[in-house]
Amino acid sequence: MEAVFAILVGLFFAAGIYLMLSRHIIRILLGVVLFGNAVNLLIFTNGRIMREVPPIIAEGLDVPATAVANPLPQALILTAIVISFSFFAFLLVLAYRAYQEIGTDDTDGMRVAEPADDGLPPMGY
Amino acid sequence: MLPFVGALFAPLLTRVMKHNAGWLLAAVPLLVFVHFAGMLGTVGSGAAVSAGFDWAPSLGLRFSWYLDGLSLTFALLISGIGTLIVIYSGGYLKGHPHQGRFFSFILLFMGAMLGLVVSDSFLMLFVYWELTSITSFLLIGFDHGREASRRAALQALLVTGLGGLSLLAGLLVIAQATGTTELSSLLGSGDALRNSPLYLVALVLVLGSAFTKSAQFPFHFWLPNAMEAPTPVSAYLHSATMVKAGVYLVMRLNPVMGDTVAWETILPLFGGVTLAVGTLLAVRQTDLKLMLAYTTVASLGLLVMLTGLGSDKAIEAAALYLIAHSMFKGALFMVAGLIDHETGTRDITGLRGLRKAMPITFVAAMLAALSMGGLPLFFGFLAKEEIYATLGSPEGWQAALLIVAICGNALMFAIGFAVALRPFMGDATKTPKAAHEGPISLWLGPVVLGAAGLAAALASPIAHRLFSSPTASAVAGSPIEVTISTIPHLGVPLVLSGLTVALGIVAYLGLDRLRAAMAGVLRAIGWGPDQGFDQVLRGLLRLATGLTRIIHNGRLDIYMTVTFIAVAATLLLPMVLFDELPAMPYVPALRFYEWGVLAIAVIGVAAVVHARSRLTAIVSLGIQGFAVALLYMLFGAPDLSFTQFMVETLSVVILALVMTRLRLAPTDHRPLRQKLLDMAIAGACGIGFALLLLKVTQMPFDDRLSQFFNTYSKTIAHGRNVVNVIIVDFRGLDTLGEIAVVMVTGLAILALVRIRSKKTEVRPTVAEEA
Repeated sequence: MEAVFAILVGLFFAAGIYLMLSRHIIRILLGVVLFGNAVNLLIFTNGRIMREVPPIIAEGLDVPATAVANPLPQALILTAIVISFSFFAFLLVLAYRAYQEIGTDDTDGMRVAEPADDGLPPMGY
Repeated sequence: MLPFVGALFAPLLTRVMKHNAGWLLAAVPLLVFVHFAGMLGTVGSGAAVSAGFDWAPSLGLRFSWYLDGLSLTFALLISGIGTLIVIYSGGYLKGHPHQGRFFSFILLFMGAMLGLVVSDSFLMLFVYWELTSITSFLLIGFDHGREASRRAALQALLVTGLGGLSLLAGLLVIAQATGTTELSSLLGSGDALRNSPLYLVALVLVLGSAFTKSAQFPFHFWLPNAMEAPTPVSAYLHSATMVKAGVYLVMRLNPVMGDTVAWETILPLFGGVTLAVGTLLAVRQTDLKLMLAYTTVASLGLLVMLTGLGSDKAIEAAALYLIAHSMFKGALFMVAGLIDHETGTRDITGLRGLRKAMPITFVAAMLAALSMGGLPLFFGFLAKEEIYATLGSPEGWQAALLIVAICGNALMFAIGFAVALRPFMGDATKTPKAAHEGPISLWLGPVVLGAAGLAAALASPIAHRLFSSPTASAVAGSPIEVTISTIPHLGVPLVLSGLTVALGIVAYLGLDRLRAAMAGVLRAIGWGPDQGFDQVLRGLLRLATGLTRIIHNGRLDIYMTVTFIAVAATLLLPMVLFDELPAMPYVPALRFYEWGVLAIAVIGVAAVVHARSRLTAIVSLGIQGFAVALLYMLFGAPDLSFTQFMVETLSVVILALVMTRLRLAPTDHRPLRQKLLDMAIAGACGIGFALLLLKVTQMPFDDRLSQFFNTYSKTIAHGRNVVNVIIVDFRGLDTLGEIAVVMVTGLAILALVRIRSKKTEVRPTVAEEA
């Protein structure tokens, strides 16, 4: 079962990275979302996969009666999903505002911080 | 270390007492001088004073000092001349707004230099060595408003700083070779260093530092440039003390490193070349200070040469010349500064007939020049006699050294008198300022130093017993008795001395013609290490700029490409190299709807990559997100599934809001070649992650932590949903941080949006365009 997931994770990574290598900021952002999902699935699969038994303890018991899904990666991923969502939302608004101000969505055109040619520094003493 | 304390209070004192603070501050070096003079008896009898305390015992570091004849002579020169210099600067920089700062720097330097010559542990030696470089930088650049000053300061710092690094490396090599980190035990180690296989490495490194500090050819160029500093600095650092640090180092290590073929070839060679180049370049100059600076270079060359020869006579000569040079050159520099101060120029071609206006200066100058020229009755004469006694019976290539020494000394004689005699003789000429005698603070220094040169020679037995013999013994590593006196003995040395004086007089008379000839030669060469320094610095700057442009080129896609290539390499290379590839997986038995959800996820991903319109992109992003949520649902993670559904829905909504305003290029803009490359990188990363995950899941699973949560979430935390218990209970703080992140993001987004609305009020067109 994990093997299928491993291949799926690889696919997510490949697609996410391919998009992130683009120069269009919106494609990069789509890539970031895929990348986030890929990482989450990676953690999920690492904790081994088990079908349909959520880690919930039945009423009246102190420990789960049967073997349950691994709760630890789930807790980690829960945090990660929320964080990556806020990250994504912020980046999206930032990209939008940058597009408004600079007038381009091409990362090569966004060169306010690192101008293409700022000449030699002063050569005197 | 008294001078450091003095440096702390110097600016304050100067504010209160103006230039008269010099007199009070001079008490600091004077006290040091008296303190060291008190040790003369002990050290003179051959003993060494040493003490110290542990600094970092675990590293074998001690804060320790060690005083023998050599150190003591240096210490006395530093503090003695220092006293005169502080008084002199009081008069020289009278009324200068930064005089307090200047006193502070000078005293700092004095402390560093004293520390350098009394250091025992290697580390202290190195630290003080660098401190002298730094204080020298501050003093050369004292007049920081001028570019020439800044350049000279930087040049001195870079050249001597590089030498300092070389010293550090050299000392480390020595420590490695002999196992000691203290000079005193190193000096007692006999042939250990000479026989070590690391000897040559250590020698080159140590000489690299000594030659840069003591301005040996081809590193001599920084010293004349350092004359941009105020004259007290030139007199003190750049003739009497700091530049001798390199000589000190060479002399200090002579007992353990000398007496080898390499030593006796390299040192005389470089010293001799420096002597020749220094005197020849000195002839070329018309500026009094520059003339003296080049003769200083030459004198340092002479000292290095003598130390390198290594015979007892040579070492005696070196010791005598060291003392003589500090006195007469310090005095001459102060005279040059005095002339400059009182007449407004130091150009020798414009100075004549000052003897009536400045009689005391004239006397001081003559005293110093007679010593420099090596005439009888002066200490310089003793040194010169010993030099010729060393070289008098040359063998083989030492004859070349003799010729260099005679010519060099003759030219130095000529230049000494050109500085000390020529401005005072003849008819008075018009100078920028009306010439008159300087105040006592200015002429005290040169007079005392000049007179000391005479007194030391007249009382030569005492001087030898106190200074020359202990110094020479320390340099040689075995007791040496210096006996020479001022009464000339007939013999080879005297003949050679006479020859030198005769040549010197000829050179003095023909100085103008010599100068013109040298100027012609230099023009013909047209390039020197000084220009080389500029070229190297400019080249370095260009290289740095070019490198920055390549590495830091401001193109995000290139940064990303490099990053992901690195990621792919880290994932794949170790697995392939160490043969850790996972076993071939079997095809698992999944239920049909599970395959279905997986297929939906794959289709969603593919659609995102190929999306040509906004709508497709948004929808397919949603599809893959929901597919992932379904996967969580199917495999025992309802909480994740629930969150993922919510987040995906929100993402799609926000994305839709923004994307309707943002253009998604209908086709991928990348050229095919770029696309293929990106695909290859992305594919490699994907395969890497997949293989890694396969490998990991094929390993046995350690579920202790999960079992812990399963066991205790009910009994300790009283919650039945284990995932929720972990989040709000076991990792409560973490979750608090997560909430904070979400809040900060919300605030940031709000801020971004608010800035926009303000802008639109000012320029409504922007919003319309968008």
